[in-house]
Amino acid sequence: MKSNVARFWREIPQRYSIIGNKCGSCERVFFPPRESCPFCRRKSMGKMDDFKLSGKGEVVSYTIIHVAPEDFEEQVPYPVAIIELDEGPRLTAQIVDCDINDVKIGMKVESTFRRIQEDGYIGAIYYGYKFKPLEENK
Amino acid sequence: MEDIGIISYGANIPRFRIKVEDIASVWGKEGKTISSGLGIIEKSVPGIDQDTATISVEAARAALKRCAINPQEIGAIYIGSESHPYAVKPTGTIVGEAIGATPDLMVADYEFACKAGTAAIQTCAAFVKAEMIKYGLAIGADTSQAAPGDALEFSASAGGAAFIVGKNNIIAKINHTLSFTTDTPDFWRRAQRKYPSHGGRFTGGPAYFKHVSSSAKRLMEKAKTKPEDYDYAIFHQPNGKFPINISKMLGFSFDQIKQGLIVPYIGNTYSGSSLVGLASVLDVAKPGDRIILTSYGSGAGSDSFDITVTENMKKLKRKNAPLVSEMVEKKQYIDYGTYAKMTDILYWE
Amino acid sequence: MRDVAVIGVGLTKFGELWDKSFRQLISEAGSKAILDSGISGKDIDAMYIGSMSSGRFIGQEHIGALVADASGFSHLHIPATRVEGACASGGLAVREGYLSIASGINDVVVIGGIEKMNDVAGTSATETLATAADQEWEAFFGQTFPGIYATIATRHMHEYGTTKEDLAKVAVKNHANGALNPYAQYQKEIKIEKALNATMVAYPLGLFDCSPVTDGAASVVLCAAEKAKQFCKKPVKIIGSGQASDTLALHARRDICTLDATVSAGKMAYNQAKIKPTDIDFAEVHDCFTIAEICAIEDLGFVKKGEGGKAIDNKISTIDGKIPINTSGGLKSKGHPVGATGVAQIVEVTQQLRGIADKRQVKGAKIGLAHNVGGSGATCVVHIMEAM
Repeated sequence: MKSNVARFWREIPQRYSIIGNKCGSCERVFFPPRESCPFCRRKSMGKMDDFKLSGKGEVVSYTIIHVAPEDFEEQVPYPVAIIELDEGPRLTAQIVDCDINDVKIGMKVESTFRRIQEDGYIGAIYYGYKFKPLEENK
Repeated sequence: MEDIGIISYGANIPRFRIKVEDIASVWGKEGKTISSGLGIIEKSVPGIDQDTATISVEAARAALKRCAINPQEIGAIYIGSESHPYAVKPTGTIVGEAIGATPDLMVADYEFACKAGTAAIQTCAAFVKAEMIKYGLAIGADTSQAAPGDALEFSASAGGAAFIVGKNNIIAKINHTLSFTTDTPDFWRRAQRKYPSHGGRFTGGPAYFKHVSSSAKRLMEKAKTKPEDYDYAIFHQPNGKFPINISKMLGFSFDQIKQGLIVPYIGNTYSGSSLVGLASVLDVAKPGDRIILTSYGSGAGSDSFDITVTENMKKLKRKNAPLVSEMVEKKQYIDYGTYAKMTDILYWE
Repeated sequence: MRDVAVIGVGLTKFGELWDKSFRQLISEAGSKAILDSGISGKDIDAMYIGSMSSGRFIGQEHIGALVADASGFSHLHIPATRVEGACASGGLAVREGYLSIASGINDVVVIGGIEKMNDVAGTSATETLATAADQEWEAFFGQTFPGIYATIATRHMHEYGTTKEDLAKVAVKNHANGALNPYAQYQKEIKIEKALNATMVAYPLGLFDCSPVTDGAASVVLCAAEKAKQFCKKPVKIIGSGQASDTLALHARRDICTLDATVSAGKMAYNQAKIKPTDIDFAEVHDCFTIAEICAIEDLGFVKKGEGGKAIDNKISTIDGKIPINTSGGLKSKGHPVGATGVAQIVEVTQQLRGIADKRQVKGAKIGLAHNVGGSGATCVVHIMEAM
């Protein structure tokens, strides 16, 4: 058991609800949240406000993992993509709920809540975001 | 006194499916006979990255998408399951965090075999009635376990449903609820064992049928109703036959149970069983429809509910989240080898 | 600021070296370089050692002191510092040594680069390499290090029409070059079909698009240029040194297909050397994956953005081409003992400029470039060298 609980507990709001922050000075949105805005720097200190992203975005690039780290071996092959969220920031996440051959650049996706990894059989379970094809609107 | 009932609801069914016939052929059994004997065609299988917590979160988020409540006003979360991801550490806190209901929140996880989810609804209703909370979230969800080669392997599946309970703008009023409970060891799982054990045919008459019928009859006495008064009847669905038999015994028609009968297509979601059936009914119910629901949990007990759909159902944005029928249809078949890998029945280091 | 020259180089064989320990490898490389340079131990003012993750590979930190000790210099109390920048650790160690001489503080500095990767299980080695990526926001979610470069490849193929064949040709070229290098891990040519049909690692990259897990060490001796000829007959001058950083995670970059850190470090080095990319005769670039070489030659200005995939067809990066790239065999064929790579690149550039690169010699080589990258482009170091 690697026992990283505090490190991954801190990021629960980010992994569960994609909560980033917004610069109070220039209104840029960041995910994960930053201590200050890289563009406004000291003007933004103390002015970074929590901001919940919608979880909707588009695939900008991707790969299909065939040789995986130990914790992910059971899921091979699985797609990992860089997703640009509607609000601007990009993140890296697995794509689920579709055939791996259907993953394409430009594909519209939305976040879903899944088990990401666990610290062995006796350690903690870490939940977080994966992305699935956007359901066409009802 | 204001009416207490359901404000909103949501469900989640994983998309993988395995056919009963495919399971049977692995064990050298007659698939068609078993499938028709059980009244189950195929069952849902959770993905490697899905469990009771993820199913509960998706169901709860679906319920929130359909209504306009502020999750911070949810004062209690009770989740019933036989497959909580941790033996010690509640699923309710994971869901609470994921829907933004923390930190002013009462949480504890429930277990009562397949009826822990309905027990959660009763608890939330009581808290609302006692004016201790504004809204409560009750969830029944499972990724049920079954020993390879055991009869339960054909039916044990994954899924769940979430219900927000409160007083304001209820879409369905809980007119009455009661429970019938005895100490009956029909099906159980010892602590730290991986798979449940059961009493074979003992799980029928003295267990399921006795408790479901007693509970349903007592409810109809209390409510002063007869089977014909109900538009929909939902019973716990361990297989496709028991609910049909009990409905006949109690005087309900197949038409009344049809909408809530989803076990033939997704299997028995244990704590989700009757509740996903209720979600399926609420997907199509109209104001004025009257519903009777009786769950069953081995060990044993049955919770019954007499529910009337209100005018507010028209305002509920049902289309904001997938309907049960849509999730039933959204499926991907897997073979037994993949199923074995995903349900962790292969031993590997 | 004064000029700095390379006066000695040394290398161990790169490969799966079960018989050689961390200390044996660095001692071997270091003593070869010192003997080659003409200095003696008492001339050394400082040592800089590049090693990405001795902690995870051999459970040992405090490498600066360890290497000084293993080399026999502890009683001289020579200042020894370990430098880390993931896969750019070696190049960064060179730069730190260079800066300490250019600034006038030191006259003679020994640089070492070392990685002993095979003392841990294969999966452990790949997990350690992945610490070059963003642990919280890339690796945590199931991304792997080859997966990150594969993501660059997918986008490069989408935007510029680069093909899997273009990637495979880089592997074929580098194996052909490596076959001429007695220190390389793999000294065998491969056919393109072997690269194209290899097991998938992270689509579109297969086994032959990825550099291997390697043990090895390299060492160079740097000296103030004005004093170089006191020690060595064929010093080679460093005429430009550049370094840059960029976001750790690939998803946070300005452009997925461009390593802005390469562009920036390259510009810094070109400006200092007062030359343009067209003045470069040959280069050792960081081909941790085939796509990395394609992006590198674009970002260093050897070809236009998007045309890197055709550099072999257009006879630009071939050993007989306009700017031969990775005559040593590159990371792909020579091997990639992470911390050693950046230093080994300087060794190859030096040998080429001295005219002693044997079968790999680039005719008339006067100016060479070494390009070393950390992670998926979060760090980059570029050195430009000229025969004195």
